[in-house]
Amino acid sequence: MTRKERHSLGEGLLFISPWLIGLTVFILLPAFMAFYYSLCDYSVLKDPVFIGPGNYVDLATDATFWKSLWNTVFFAALALPLGTFLSIGLALLLNTPIFARPFFRTIFFLPSLVPLVALAILWQWIFNGNFGVLNHLLGLVGIDGPDWLGSTTWSKPALVVTGLWGAGHAMVIYLAGLQDVPRSLYEAATIDGAGWWQKTLNVTLPMLTPVIYFNLIMGCIVILQVFAVPYIMTGGGPARSTLFYTMYLFDQAFQYLNMGYACAMAVVLFVLIALLTASAHFLSRKHIYYAGS
Amino acid sequence: MQEAELAPFTTPYKPVKRSRPLRAILDWHQTQSVAGLAVRYAILLFFAAIFLFPFLWMISTSLKELDQVMRLPPQWIPEPIRWRNYAEATRAIPFWRYTWNTVWLCILGVSGTVFSCSLVAYGFSRIDWKGRDTLFFFSLGTMMIPFPVLMVPLYGIFRDLGWIGSFKPLWVPMWFGSAYSIFLLRQFFMTLPRDLTEAAMIDGCSHWRIYWQIALPLTRPALMVVGLFTFMAIWNDFMGPLIYLTDREQFTLALGLQHFQSKHGGTDMNLLMAASTLVVLPVIILFFFTQKTFIEGIAMSGSKG
Repeated sequence: MTRKERHSLGEGLLFISPWLIGLTVFILLPAFMAFYYSLCDYSVLKDPVFIGPGNYVDLATDATFWKSLWNTVFFAALALPLGTFLSIGLALLLNTPIFARPFFRTIFFLPSLVPLVALAILWQWIFNGNFGVLNHLLGLVGIDGPDWLGSTTWSKPALVVTGLWGAGHAMVIYLAGLQDVPRSLYEAATIDGAGWWQKTLNVTLPMLTPVIYFNLIMGCIVILQVFAVPYIMTGGGPARSTLFYTMYLFDQAFQYLNMGYACAMAVVLFVLIALLTASAHFLSRKHIYYAGS
Repeated sequence: MQEAELAPFTTPYKPVKRSRPLRAILDWHQTQSVAGLAVRYAILLFFAAIFLFPFLWMISTSLKELDQVMRLPPQWIPEPIRWRNYAEATRAIPFWRYTWNTVWLCILGVSGTVFSCSLVAYGFSRIDWKGRDTLFFFSLGTMMIPFPVLMVPLYGIFRDLGWIGSFKPLWVPMWFGSAYSIFLLRQFFMTLPRDLTEAAMIDGCSHWRIYWQIALPLTRPALMVVGLFTFMAIWNDFMGPLIYLTDREQFTLALGLQHFQSKHGGTDMNLLMAASTLVVLPVIILFFFTQKTFIEGIAMSGSKG
């Protein structure tokens, strides 16, 4: 290494030194500790005791763990497709030269800014079985609404609806993606006699696949970590029907102080996220059209 | 000159287009069938109503008397309108104390993130050093580690430091960078022309001065995005305060609101909605002042696969 190279190495490291500390102390060290603790009997009050893979064995036979995982998968299977349809639909509607477009865009986007705690409290009130406005509105069209958050059947759909209110965030991303579809493709399709629906199906959506793919993966990762809204709205109930993965992890760690067990769950969570990212990446090679590649 | 320098950045992420001139809108409407247009506007208005109704319900409830809250069918416009609920809500919980706590955390967190991330992003983009890109991509990879994985060990670390029950776990880490913001800012710094740095170097400028006097002013839009998103994250954060804050005097708005909601014996819904409105309002106001930054920031973060 020349003197100059050494000099810039030193300078570069100096500039990134906050991150070197942050990365080590707040990410890498805790990540390794989580892995180690997952092999320990550890409540935060006492020092961890190494017990080998015991926590993982317990996990495999813990019905509540499987329940929370199933709840999360069920929730994702409902929320992700619906959310994607809604946000793409809204984006497509807004992508035409209609009147008052900024007005509509703002209305659809605003709910995604509402702080989660306020959002959860508000929807809990809307879903209220006795005095909730939703059941009142449903009553107007002749539907006898259930006690949403008190029913094991309807608690998850209720949370999905709550989540759909925030579809404006993804809508903005799709709207930006729509602007990037080359005009020439639409012109070619028009010459071939394609109508709006055919253009949407054959030009817009294929061109949008990278964005959809990115949003779906991010959506999965976010849902695996869903916490605040169900914690406040239902506390996991009724009958654990809305106990999601991260909520159970949190309970194990900070309610029951089974920190080692919680870390085993955390490691499983990490593996799940890694697998998801990898498989989505693999699948994308087949089904996604990337412009310019 | 600044506009021209930034052109390579602004073109690839086309910002969401501004409303077109009236003429173009009218022309387009001419080409559509009346039925098609009617359906389109009907759908738009239907969804707009659905998206707006929770807000209206929240405000409506927040202005009711308690016995009106439980009345069926519900009254959308309360009679009488009870503005006093807002004053009472701010007294039912130490609302202004919580607001100050949250604002203070936002000040510490936003300044820390903007300063540390821009510094690190500069080091990752404008200085050439061995192993730079390897380390950068490794850093990006750590974004895959979700917070729940780190949560338990971090709690242990912060407890050993004696930080549990203080604000420190919530803001100190923000002075040491975050992978995502570093990534965003690095993208920005990469688009600044090389000549800019080199010319300054020849004039005897140190990297520190280039960073402070040239790079930072030129990346104002990106710093705004990072600052805004960090602000939103802190204002919204529930899990962090829930884990680390023990003293009720130190609660943030989010945690304080939840505490108010879960109060033993139930909380008066009109006061709860008034408090919720007060927590939502600053965010909405902020949005109206920074709309462009918001929308472009989200579009930017979402289209980078």
